Amino acid sequence: MDIIKFLDGFTNEALLEGKPSRRAMFGTLGSLGKKAVLGAIPFGLATMPNKTFAQDSGTDPVGALQLALTLEYLEDEFYDLALQSGVLPSGRPETVYMQISKHEQAHVDFLIAGLEGAGVTPVEKPTFDFTAGGAFDPFNENGVGQETAYAQLLALAQAFEDTGVRAYKGQAGNLLGSDFLTPALQIHAVEAMHASEVRRLRGLKGWITNNERGAGMPEATQAVYNGEENVIQGGVDVTTLGNDAPFGMEASTEAYDEPLSGDDAVAIASLFIVSE
Amino acid sequence: MEKSIVKVKPVKKATNRRQFIKLGGMGVVGASLLVACSNDDNGMAMMPDPDPNPNPDIFDLGQGDLGVLNYAYALEQLEADFYTKVVNSFYGNITDEERQVLTDLYYHEVNHRDFFKTAITAAVDGNTDLVLPTLEFDYGDLDFGNREQVLTTASVLEDTGVAAYNGAGRLISDPGYLLLAGKIVSVEARHASAIRTLLNPGSADFAGDDYVTTDNGLAAALDPSAILAAVGDTGFITTPFTANNLP
Repeated sequence: MDIIKFLDGFTNEALLEGKPSRRAMFGTLGSLGKKAVLGAIPFGLATMPNKTFAQDSGTDPVGALQLALTLEYLEDEFYDLALQSGVLPSGRPETVYMQISKHEQAHVDFLIAGLEGAGVTPVEKPTFDFTAGGAFDPFNENGVGQETAYAQLLALAQAFEDTGVRAYKGQAGNLLGSDFLTPALQIHAVEAMHASEVRRLRGLKGWITNNERGAGMPEATQAVYNGEENVIQGGVDVTTLGNDAPFGMEASTEAYDEPLSGDDAVAIASLFIVSE
Repeated sequence: MEKSIVKVKPVKKATNRRQFIKLGGMGVVGASLLVACSNDDNGMAMMPDPDPNPNPDIFDLGQGDLGVLNYAYALEQLEADFYTKVVNSFYGNITDEERQVLTDLYYHEVNHRDFFKTAITAAVDGNTDLVLPTLEFDYGDLDFGNREQVLTTASVLEDTGVAAYNGAGRLISDPGYLLLAGKIVSVEARHASAIRTLLNPGSADFAGDDYVTTDNGLAAALDPSAILAAVGDTGFITTPFTANNLP
């Protein structure tokens, strides 16, 4: 399956040109948000920066938070269904998923409260399809078997957490000067703690080497890792800072997580969103 | 009023102060790192002095983005130095997994440290008077041959690093520096998670309730003054410096 083509088709048809889709909502809020939020700003989290919102992607704090909420909806429902599926072994896997699930639920509630506090209507929860159109069966609903379902359950969790880390990072600039920045960073770090644990539960390192998705990850998840091979940080090629192992490609790519653009994050999430 | 100077202090246990990062089964040494956010406010949250650096013999981190970069550089120097000592004399009976994790953390922190030195030097056009000097360290009674002491200290350092970057983000005005901090903090959080699991395998500690607030799912975020007070109390950093222009 050509996943990129699939994603492109999906985002173009379902999101860009479809009915009031997530993407359209992002777009609308992206442009509306500036004025809406400026008008509604004086309370709570949403204190406005005294600088322009103009960002490369045309998003702003509201767009950033709506994207974050969409990703949190996805994670929250995923872990709820995972815990209900009977696929997760008891012990460490169940303990880990329960802890993560608790956080994702809290993130959803927190973001909804933050947006509403800013006078903005939060995006609605999309309809999710964690089989991605039949490609996966993580909850063993279609008879793929417990073992395979569990492997997919772990693989999807890894993809969602690593995506979350990159997506929040990609939105940090849009939150610069906003009181939303610190909480977003606080969530970002929690997603990274989750990602590390899920990766290690799968037998991988907690950090991302080069742009490797890691053993056992479906090719469909490669989009989550593309770009992680970057070694230019702040204009400095960090592999040139020394000759020993800390400055090799592996360590130099592991030591820095890379951002995802809002569009790329939406494209990944869209795999699991049913078009309306 | 002069603000705190990070300097040698005897390693001592936190007793009557609120622990901002609670650890189960604390080792002896890590405890003194846990004393930020205490009630015994010693004035560090006050406004900057009229003279931004009243004691020119002691390096001040500076203000604005430069101050934040120097602050991060200080923390990365500490982490890098600590892991260098860890990997140069691993504790006995170390598992393969522990060796791999600690070696990777050593690589990453050394990379971060040297990156900050280069980036800050470039940012100030090579005016090294504005770049935090190479710090010196003393771990006192910390026994690098003791697994629990090493992992507990590592855990505190990583937890502290995450809280530090989370709290410093809002102090950054340049989007490029903010992104860099973001690239690094999530790796520190991945470290924190891994070390926590090494200390308590199979538990929920990887993002434990002691570190992630249960009702909102937010990890810790602390101002430089709180972080530096905690670091100062460890006595690990023996080179004095001030942070008179950071909150």
